[in-house]
Amino acid sequence: MSVLVYTESEQGKFKKAALEAVSYAKGIADMMGSQVTALSINGGDASDLGTYGASKLLQVEDGSLDKFQADTYASVIAQAAKAEGADVVVITSTANSKFLAPALAIELKAGYIPNAVALPQSAAPFQVKSSVFTNKAFALSEISTPVKLVGLSKNAYGLHEAATTCNPESFSPELAGSSVEVVSVDKSTDKVTIADAEVVVSGGRGLKGPENWGLIEDLAETLGAATACSKPVSDMGWRPHSEHVGQTGKPVASTLYIAVGISGAIQHLAGINSSKVKVVINNDPEAPFFKAADYGIVGDAFEVVPALTEKLKEFKAQNA
Amino acid sequence: MKILVCISHVPDTTSRINFTDADTQFDTNGVQFVINPNDEFGLTRAMWFKEKQGASVHVVNVGGAETEPTLRKALAIGADEAIRVNMNPTDGFSVAKQLAAVVSEGGYDLVIAGRESIDYNGGMVAGMLAKLCGANFVNTCISLEIDGQNATAIREIDGGKETLSTSLPLVIGGQKGLVEESDLRIPNMRGIMQARSKPLHVKEPVEATAETQVKQFEKPAPKGAVKLVDDVQSLIDLLHNEAKVI
Repeated sequence: MSVLVYTESEQGKFKKAALEAVSYAKGIADMMGSQVTALSINGGDASDLGTYGASKLLQVEDGSLDKFQADTYASVIAQAAKAEGADVVVITSTANSKFLAPALAIELKAGYIPNAVALPQSAAPFQVKSSVFTNKAFALSEISTPVKLVGLSKNAYGLHEAATTCNPESFSPELAGSSVEVVSVDKSTDKVTIADAEVVVSGGRGLKGPENWGLIEDLAETLGAATACSKPVSDMGWRPHSEHVGQTGKPVASTLYIAVGISGAIQHLAGINSSKVKVVINNDPEAPFFKAADYGIVGDAFEVVPALTEKLKEFKAQNA
Repeated sequence: MKILVCISHVPDTTSRINFTDADTQFDTNGVQFVINPNDEFGLTRAMWFKEKQGASVHVVNVGGAETEPTLRKALAIGADEAIRVNMNPTDGFSVAKQLAAVVSEGGYDLVIAGRESIDYNGGMVAGMLAKLCGANFVNTCISLEIDGQNATAIREIDGGKETLSTSLPLVIGGQKGLVEESDLRIPNMRGIMQARSKPLHVKEPVEATAETQVKQFEKPAPKGAVKLVDDVQSLIDLLHNEAKVI
């Protein structure tokens, strides 16, 4: 009996979301008087997982799994869950985990709650709070199947150290070929992505045109942040729709979200509700976004943002 | 090619979310329901296949009679037939089971669903449906081309995109990008008139047990007032000393 957590990695290093999932799995295991087994696929160093409470690591090393394939990965995780007799399986909310989750749930005959935001309210019955209506509300749901599958929202639980000796073991699942073949991957490796970013700097129509996006990019670069935008900006083609934040775009769960020239339509606010600290810069004091913000400056973005970038550079230099 | 588009009947994106019955039911009072935006992109792409490559397009919804205006709107946009599975949806799994029954009965080559509905955000129905039907599956799909039995799809990944090659039968979880926002169609009067006479079949549900159940809803705690500052140095001080995020 154990809690199994699937730990995603990139270039041999576990993602922060994976370490957060291990912390969360440890929290569930403590509730159940159980232990955490992690599963990695061509992953990283076991001690990284021990730091957050995994006492065992099933390591799958196979070159045929270098490219993510949802059906194959789901099968590998299901085989590991069955081998461990896992009662609870924890995954993250990355694009890849959300891709494989439905197949995994069917293979394990497991009820699946995605977007979990807290530890289960109780282990028996197993009840978990998750975000619904694009972060406009939460639902407390009960899973009635013997095996439970939980997808943890990014930044919802945080990292909790629970130093444990993590014993790695090789795991060799049966691998069936995928009928969905990856032809090419086009990834911007030099930029922080919205999915991984701790800080997001987002621009709206107040920027007046794509030629002014340098303001947003300079501020983002200073903060090591990802850039994002509102729906109208994406619709007008100023920025790609992969940067569109909101109800029909991407949700953002960053530590700091800075909105520049965005009025704050209800659909946009839904997309950023999970961010911890929100800063709004807008020249309209009546912009609805100010009601949702923690901090704000009423002022012209073309004056405030360059000044903020310069002062932040000084701050970084002093606090380096 | 026979295409099935799964249509979720969801509150309009501008809706204020409230609950009734001691926070156990979604409050539909004053809420306008629409085609789930992710499904609308899929429906428009299906219309493209119908017009450019020849296809019949059916739409399906799992829901009560109150969802029929949403299905009629899909018919007005150009779908040929609609199916309503007469069941109040409980969880993603039981909805996927109903859709799987429709797919196996209808022999569809391509099923287009949204990557998630904007109400429960489960993002599981399309993938579960594919698994239950033994069809290939591509999620967060932003481009889809079909050539005979072969499909080329592009999906959005964290920080980029990925091109995939697969074959029919195929289920996709689609989103914005499948078509552009400007390509979305508004039903015209002719379409609305035609939709009235198009078939809308009501099917009784197959047996399916829900695996999860919502016990209670909750709204986020009210937020404190914004702290407005006059200069950027004050903002930096607050972010560093008070919020501790830089």
